[in-house]
Amino acid sequence: MIEKPEKLIDKKGVRLDGRKADELRPLKLEVGVLSNADGSAYIEHGKNKILAAVFGPREMHPKHLSRPDRMVLRCRYHMAPFSVQERKSPAPSRREVELSKVIRESLEPALFPELYPRTGIDVFVEVLQADGGTRCASITAAALAIADSGIPMRDLVVACAAGKIDDTVVLDLYDAEDKLGVADVPVAYMPNLNAVTLLQMDGILAPDEFEKAVNMAIEGCKKIYVLQKEALKTKYMNVKEEIKEETEE
Amino acid sequence: MPTFFEAKQLVTPGELLAEGEYQAGENTYKEENKIYASRIGLADLDNKRVNVVALRAFYQPKAGDIVIGAVTEVGFNGWTIDIKSPYTAMLRASDVLSRPFKPQNDELSQVLDTGDLIVAKIASYDRAHDPQLTVGEPGLGKITRGQIMRVTPTKIPRVIGRKGSMISMIKQETGCQIILGLNGVILVTGKTTDDEELAMMAIRKIEEESHTTGLTDRIMQLLKEEKTKREENKL
Amino acid sequence: MSTLITRVRQKQIGELIEKGKRLDGRGLTDYRELKIEEGLIERAEGSARVLLGKTEVLVGVKVATGEPFPDTPNEGVMTVNAELVPLASPTFEPGPPDENSIELARIVDRGIRESKAIDTEKLCIDPGKKVFVVFIDVYVLNHDGNLIDASALAAVSALLNTKMTDYEIKDGEVKTKQGYVPLPLKSHPITVTIGKINDKLIVDPWLEEEQVMDARISMAINDEGNICAIQKGLAGYFTPQQIIDASKLAQEKAAEMRKKLKW
Repeated sequence: MIEKPEKLIDKKGVRLDGRKADELRPLKLEVGVLSNADGSAYIEHGKNKILAAVFGPREMHPKHLSRPDRMVLRCRYHMAPFSVQERKSPAPSRREVELSKVIRESLEPALFPELYPRTGIDVFVEVLQADGGTRCASITAAALAIADSGIPMRDLVVACAAGKIDDTVVLDLYDAEDKLGVADVPVAYMPNLNAVTLLQMDGILAPDEFEKAVNMAIEGCKKIYVLQKEALKTKYMNVKEEIKEETEE
Repeated sequence: MPTFFEAKQLVTPGELLAEGEYQAGENTYKEENKIYASRIGLADLDNKRVNVVALRAFYQPKAGDIVIGAVTEVGFNGWTIDIKSPYTAMLRASDVLSRPFKPQNDELSQVLDTGDLIVAKIASYDRAHDPQLTVGEPGLGKITRGQIMRVTPTKIPRVIGRKGSMISMIKQETGCQIILGLNGVILVTGKTTDDEELAMMAIRKIEEESHTTGLTDRIMQLLKEEKTKREENKL
Repeated sequence: MSTLITRVRQKQIGELIEKGKRLDGRGLTDYRELKIEEGLIERAEGSARVLLGKTEVLVGVKVATGEPFPDTPNEGVMTVNAELVPLASPTFEPGPPDENSIELARIVDRGIRESKAIDTEKLCIDPGKKVFVVFIDVYVLNHDGNLIDASALAAVSALLNTKMTDYEIKDGEVKTKQGYVPLPLKSHPITVTIGKINDKLIVDPWLEEEQVMDARISMAINDEGNICAIQKGLAGYFTPQQIIDASKLAQEKAAEMRKKLKW
């Protein structure tokens, strides 16, 4: 049982975890962490710890699910039983089924489906530890995993949520804020194409608050995008740096 | 008309590379007069063509390519071959056997069985059909000796080097025969496993450092150093 | 997933939309003809049938009693389930709920839950021990596009005519009272679904339009005109400006609908 604290954000604009209204939780991104998957990425966002892996393009099983003129994207969002406060059954819940669908629909716009007809791409997301905003962190990691696998993309996809706690619109709600707050608006975004690929909301927001939240979430996405690019480039830059050092000696 | 990158700059999917009258080359795409990268790699401008040399890509079959693959299934009139690509390839029995055959499984598995490796050429491939292979040319067929290694297919040109300079140098220094499948599968056959391992080490280093300069010299140096080390260890 | 639509038809739909028209003569922001019938299933505590164009959705509400959740001892329980009944479309197959029916149920659920439409505290019979459990079952009978809005309207309509057994605590025991009480409904959320075809926003997409559109967004609006649930769907995208435009359009259409239904 969560005991509701009196205020989620105090008069000075400081939240329970010390952040200001428009501050992101700390983020760590790593690309290429699994040797068997065609592409993979790991994200730590606040206390969220999520692993994403991609297999494909490859022949689909069962075959009747494949399309003759394009590739099919499948996505599985799943939470480990130990990832939440009260142990969660490993069987897929209705929430996981819905999230698998919306995450898939957030990544699809970034692909070129006609390039690989009759094949399938499988994206697996495993939430190892959850603390609010897992669907956003999952999308950010999944997009990196797809890029890591060498599948061509129109753009990276990055995701971040905004919402309202007490009377304030804030960025990046963690679990307690999501449960006790007024509204939560997760957004996924393709930064170079200025395209929103996931948008959900629960709670109550006046129209102007909603607009503020969406814009705040997009700004959050842009900040995370910088880290996404860095994570991708880091994998290949290291070698270049080593050689520079060697030759300078 | 601007471009937004420097030569050999590392770019990620979606990054804007150019605007205006440019052509979208390898691993890029054009939308509304703008050219974006579609894979992570090194951006380059060739005349008016913007290209990205991908650092990570999988093999897309092309008719005429030499590939190395493994038999995964023996069927009624041919074999299914895994060529490490989104599409599985087929090798028809009629291509391998010089005489008309009776469709009995046993006969085919005696020619090529599951797990066998072959060097083949892609005879045909299009959007609606899986790649068809052929082994009806000299140098193609079942592999009986040597070691197999895999590299990202986009690195194969680097392993070949300009006018074959890199691959010739490795063959010379290690005394190995090396067949480069354009699908990123490489067959190394040497007089000893030591020689084979030496060649494989060199190729792995090329894969890791393919985007750097002065690589041919560094690989040559590496091979010479390793050979000296091995000589010393023998004594 | 959907039945094939010919290229010629796709082009036809797209061209008309460029001119601000649709195949059935509607404007881009017009709803199809709406008919709501209430209380047609006497065995259910509440029910409603919605006909939105040719889309037909039946919602039955069953009210039972049970234990409350441990962290909300004074509140009743509500749950929404949706069935894409195989007779409704050649694309619906029998079996356990698939991702589409789960998504539909959860969208309808969020609209009602987040707007606090059901006064769950009034569903408490004996705090910590006995509460009303409200089962909302969405039954799609014919799929001709926009199942979301039709289902959401049917759900709220069904709740509006739901009558529950009356209970009281007498001598420390829970006893039934004579007569029925209406389900305590505080708000009447209206969900508006908008599709995007050739960068134009259309309200209440019909089946063939759904096969052509590349993205969809549904917004639930409460009585005060505030937004309480949003779901973007399909494999396309919206620009931030289109999102804001859609939200304004959704509020406008919800207010119109509210006036028409006298909610």
